[in-house]
Amino acid sequence: MANSQAVSSKTAPSAMSVIAPALGWLIPGAGHLIQKRWIRGALLMISVFAMFLLGLAMQGHVYKPNGGDILDILGFIGDLGAGGLYILTQVNDWGQGAIAHATADYGTKFIIVAGLLNFICVADAYHIAIGKKP
Amino acid sequence: MSLDLSHFSAALVFALFASVVFGVTQRQTSREQIRYGLYCFVMFLGGVILAGWVMWILRR
Repeated sequence: MANSQAVSSKTAPSAMSVIAPALGWLIPGAGHLIQKRWIRGALLMISVFAMFLLGLAMQGHVYKPNGGDILDILGFIGDLGAGGLYILTQVNDWGQGAIAHATADYGTKFIIVAGLLNFICVADAYHIAIGKKP
Repeated sequence: MSLDLSHFSAALVFALFASVVFGVTQRQTSREQIRYGLYCFVMFLGGVILAGWVMWILRR
């Protein structure tokens, strides 16, 4: 019986292992905060939010869902990583200006990298939830 | 509002935030996280400065 319990606890994911990554994707850093990793969560939240917002302030481009150029598709996947921030830009139609100067191109990269960094944060929140990381 | 950063200051800000995320997510203990974050930051900025000098030499 003890053996069957051990097997079922291994196979059935805990609620936190689903909630933490999902929340972490929607609100960067929140996946750590919900697991009481306050400092780590705050550092991740500040970093991802700051990179994304600086990218927008630099007139960076936010990619929409598209089936065209491969770089546009990859840009969209990167942007999507920012979760709620990406949804917010789409709702408000932010980041749709033409890239007219070098700073705006940096801004585009900042926004993509903010999304990609948030993917790493989501994976880390999952590893904490399943007990793989303290 | 339009923020106009120079190439170096943009690289500096990029290195700072990317290093924080790498440090926090890629190591287990607080001490290791700080060390790895600093290592990434130095590598990012060192790479920028090195690439700058290489381009300067190639241009001459």
